Amino acid sequence: MDKLLGLLQENARLSCEQLAVMLGKTPAEIESQIAAYEKAGVIRGYHTLINWEKADANHASALIELRVTPKRDKGFDEIADKIMQFEEVESVYLMSGGFDLAVRVNAASMQDIALFVAKRLAPLDSVLSTATHFILTRYKDGGVVLNPEDERDERRTVLCD
Amino acid sequence: MIDYQQRMNPAILQIPPSGIRKFFDIANEMEDVISLSIGEPDFVTPWHVRQEGIRSLEDGKTWYSPNRGFSELRNELSVWFNRHYQVEYDPNKELLVTVGGSEAIDLCFRTLLAPGDEVLVPQPSFVCYAPLASMAGGVPVIIETKAENRFRLTPQEIEEKLTPRTKLLVLPYPNNPTGAVMRRADLEAVAEVVKKHDLFVLSDEIYSELTYGGTPHVSFASIGDMRERTVVVNGFSKAFAMTGWRLGYVAGPRALVSQMTKLHQYGIMCAPTTAQYAAIEALKNGDADIQNMRSQYDMRRRLIVDGFNRMGLTCFEPEGAFYVFPCIRSTGLSSEEFCEKLIYQEHVAVVPGPAFGACGEGFVRVSYSYSIKHITEALRRIEHFLGELRR
Ligand SMILES: Cc1ncc(COP(=O)(O)O)c(C=O)c1O
Repeated sequence: MDKLLGLLQENARLSCEQLAVMLGKTPAEIESQIAAYEKAGVIRGYHTLINWEKADANHASALIELRVTPKRDKGFDEIADKIMQFEEVESVYLMSGGFDLAVRVNAASMQDIALFVAKRLAPLDSVLSTATHFILTRYKDGGVVLNPEDERDERRTVLCD
Repeated sequence: MIDYQQRMNPAILQIPPSGIRKFFDIANEMEDVISLSIGEPDFVTPWHVRQEGIRSLEDGKTWYSPNRGFSELRNELSVWFNRHYQVEYDPNKELLVTVGGSEAIDLCFRTLLAPGDEVLVPQPSFVCYAPLASMAGGVPVIIETKAENRFRLTPQEIEEKLTPRTKLLVLPYPNNPTGAVMRRADLEAVAEVVKKHDLFVLSDEIYSELTYGGTPHVSFASIGDMRERTVVVNGFSKAFAMTGWRLGYVAGPRALVSQMTKLHQYGIMCAPTTAQYAAIEALKNGDADIQNMRSQYDMRRRLIVDGFNRMGLTCFEPEGAFYVFPCIRSTGLSSEEFCEKLIYQEHVAVVPGPAFGACGEGFVRVSYSYSIKHITEALRRIEHFLGELRR
């Protein structure tokens, strides 16, 4: 894996100077590499990983399995394209296995999500069936353990390490 | 009333306690302390390795192993060692699995040293060599390595300390606390002196997998005919992030290993069985884990060396282990004063250099076995501390 991408994925707030030092490059080289990644669409944004449960906001999310009829010539792209337009939809994946699309949805409450599925997703043309799984607790997201308790440094000082 | 002091072994009472306790006591009192003082990996043992330990417990494999360690482990070890360092050891006669590198060091001293035999101990170095050598009846003779030599050991430094009683040289590289590494040419120069004066060598290579800059570790046993004079101590603690499992090993000439095995058999029985099952997995499938950890340490190393140099604390570039050893003389403080002020004023804990031998005065040991976020914050605080000092 590209080390620069690895570092940025873990912490997008590292400065070009810090990245340069860690990777043995100049800050200018790092800047142009990042620019190249952005241009090529490898880096698609920088966002903050928020533990909404902790932020005390009204928040619910669900993973929805969709079975759909693929369209001739367009396959699953057309329906995926429609689904991802909804603001509530955080991610859309085409899956192998027992269903076709996995859709992660965020809303203010479970009820809102239920309504969203009933009114927006299920009625779509090619959708055959939906199965909604509410997310109860997120332990790890985007590679990050969300409860800092699980990450505490438990190393004890041994006298003569 | 029993006067315990009178009744205990004076040789044990004489050994000074470790001098670094004080700082840890202070650090433990504080809430928001940022520590860069710990000498073990921050990584958790790779999951597939832990799983094999767990599986062995689920399968009820809770018995002793053979004294030397499971033969499957010794076989894997022999293959692994040869693959990494190009030295062949007979798994049945030349390898012994121990309770950490620590036990291996102790066994080596107790097996080789007759009362009064002198052991050359280069410093700054890990704290156990001199006390263990004394407890084994030997006489530690300190060699002070120098910053201007990048803390490498030179043949002259050895020759200056030789006496007719010199029997054993400790070779503590890659070095804790300096991060120094001996390259092949350095080792060859030492090998000449060793041969000329008919010495043995305890090569503590516990950090062998943590060297940076693309030049892999060279085992002293692979230099010329040094294999017959060398006891290699190594282990799983640092390479595989397995400190708590307590597993190490010794590789050496058959006659020595056989006597060490006798001591081990009577004093220890065998190394922890669960850990041995996990270690087999580590040796078989752990190369990628090592590479990943090494690459993470390397990025942190660059960050922290650059940080210290920017602050004006000169810091020779460490090539191994996970420590930097910056010189703090420019502050006008002693190592101890520096560490004490730093912890009181900025709540950052580092270890004073003299904890690793008197010649560590003027330096502090800083561990980078911490996350980048943690290191960045600690560097920020140290910079602030230096700013305040200069005012
Ligand atoms: C240089 C050196 N040797 C040996 C050891 C002992 O390691 P273990 O007994 O965990 O194998 C350590 C631990 O810090 C060390 O730094």
